[in-house]
Amino acid sequence: MQIDEIDRKIIQATQKGLPLVSKPYHAIAEQLNLTAHDVMLRMQRLLEVGIIRRIGAIPNHYKLGFIANGMSVWNVPDEMVDECGKKIGELSFVSHCYRRPRHLPLWDYNLFAMVHGKTKEEVEEKVEQIALLLGENALDYQILYSRQILKKTGLRLTD
Amino acid sequence: MDKLDRQIINRLQSGFPICERPFKMVATWLNITEQTLLQRLEKLLEEGILSRFAPLYHAEKLGGGLTLAALAVPEHDFERVTNIVNSFPEIAHNYAREHDLNMWFVIATEKPERINEIIKEIEKQTALTVYNMPKQTEYYIGLYFEV
Repeated sequence: MQIDEIDRKIIQATQKGLPLVSKPYHAIAEQLNLTAHDVMLRMQRLLEVGIIRRIGAIPNHYKLGFIANGMSVWNVPDEMVDECGKKIGELSFVSHCYRRPRHLPLWDYNLFAMVHGKTKEEVEEKVEQIALLLGENALDYQILYSRQILKKTGLRLTD
Repeated sequence: MDKLDRQIINRLQSGFPICERPFKMVATWLNITEQTLLQRLEKLLEEGILSRFAPLYHAEKLGGGLTLAALAVPEHDFERVTNIVNSFPEIAHNYAREHDLNMWFVIATEKPERINEIIKEIEKQTALTVYNMPKQTEYYIGLYFEV
């Protein structure tokens, strides 16, 4: 689906936050000189086509106590990667799961699953569960812990 | 953070209505008033417990470019390289991680072709190889944290 200039304006106006007022879509409409009906209709459509993944609260997981963020990376046979990825994606403690290219010989992992926990032990226990789930398809795996956030701004559409 | 804050956070991670009075609708579900919900959200944002209350947009579907890339940075050079990488506004996140590949960052651009330009520019300025790992398949993205 193509987005037009009005969609872009709505995206720009909302990406940093929805107004915390009783009628937020009306407030956006007023700001952009549109009708509230039009804003709601367009946002509904953006949601339906998946351009908006969801609307809602985006927590700072560190502040919620999920301070051990482990990027688990897996080397699974190429022909099994979709099956393994789907299995991992069903686990409630995994926030993202993607297939990514290998860079041999330095990097032979082709499946990434972000695991969040309150302690390293909790992350390790969860990664063990993934290993059990994948069985012999898990040729090798590692957990890369974050040492420091160097930057975090989120995505931005600019003018 | 009390029980109500936790209920609000859990509830509002799984969607927010598009209607005239969405906060009122959510407040009804939580059995509180609209005013209480708005005040709690304001406080959670102020305290940084929520980083945003907003639509979560899908970068690639907007026609933009998105990738994860990594660098193996010598420890003594870490600060200089961090400054170079972070200087690009298109770098959305950058994490130091424990591995030979010790710097991992997300590049998000409005035009897909800009990704490669940024990678080349980082390689030129740092004299290091950027390992580009764009996602090939997405199996899941939930970003849900139960509190």
